[in-house]
Amino acid sequence: MSHKFQYLLRLGDNCLVLSQQLAAWCGHGPALEEDLALTNVALDLLGQARLWLSYAGEVEGRGRDEDALAFGRDGLDFRNLLLVEQPNGHYGNTVARQFLFDAWHRQLLAGLCESSDPRIAEIAQKAVKEVRYHVERSAGLMIALGNGTALSHARMQDAVNMLWPYTNEWFDSDAIDAQCASAGVAPAASSLAAAWRADVETVLGRAGLTTPTYTGHQRGGKLGVHSEHLGRLLTALQFMQRAYPGAQW
Amino acid sequence: MTSNDVKPEWPLWEIFIRSQHGLAHKHVGSLHAVDGASAIHHARDVYTRRNEGVSIWAVRAADIVASSPGDKEALFDPAQSKVYRHPTFFPTPDGVKNL
Repeated sequence: MSHKFQYLLRLGDNCLVLSQQLAAWCGHGPALEEDLALTNVALDLLGQARLWLSYAGEVEGRGRDEDALAFGRDGLDFRNLLLVEQPNGHYGNTVARQFLFDAWHRQLLAGLCESSDPRIAEIAQKAVKEVRYHVERSAGLMIALGNGTALSHARMQDAVNMLWPYTNEWFDSDAIDAQCASAGVAPAASSLAAAWRADVETVLGRAGLTTPTYTGHQRGGKLGVHSEHLGRLLTALQFMQRAYPGAQW
Repeated sequence: MTSNDVKPEWPLWEIFIRSQHGLAHKHVGSLHAVDGASAIHHARDVYTRRNEGVSIWAVRAADIVASSPGDKEALFDPAQSKVYRHPTFFPTPDGVKNL
């Protein structure tokens, strides 16, 4: 299978899985305003997932559309990062996961805006505007909660510590990343590390939180080796199309 | 959290949105937010989801000075009998909008 197809699946699956996670907060947010804001982010990500997966289907050339890819693949065929499939937890866990992801997502999309593939560049240019807002929002919440009460501070530090092992996988470069980078389709995976690190350290510093020094990182999502959480998530995501294949409304 | 803790409400903000350049900001509703910056964020998320605006104002509801309903007669009734204050004697040129 082509490297570009695999790379597009990674882009699409990150957005799809994280969108599904955030959608679970719909109606359960800590305040009406937060509830709406977070579900707006979920919808943005779903829109991006559709664009990436549609294009992935075209590149693959086997007649699979966005729905076939989203609802018809098993967990082993998903290529999302381990970070996005980590559980929602409490709101602080969700915010920390979102911030760590948004900060990387913004750097990635800025790089993809320069892609040699015009379709990828177009999608990235649309998405990067949305994601600039996502990171502004999640960074603001990190700072607010980190500086809030002793309880909120402790919870945010715990959340960051817990998620930290999942924040290096995206800088690993395998054959797919290397091929796409050398063709100018995508920025080199490792090239985003310095900017991400600087952004994260700045925000964590302003939040009064300590940047973890832990280095035993988890990896595997990009190759389809997932944590146990993805299966449950896909069960909910894919139920309707599995039970009633091809059902429409 | 102990039972003595009272969860403080976020302050109330009134939100004004300008729908296009040249028009005035219009009151669209209110929301709760901890500070001005998050009031703007929340307003963006709550009130501009369908491309309604190009500019947002957020004003702390507590900072708005309002007239009292009890003063209605003294404030407004005297203007009722003064029709000559209405600019109805001036024809509006064709093509002038939003007047």
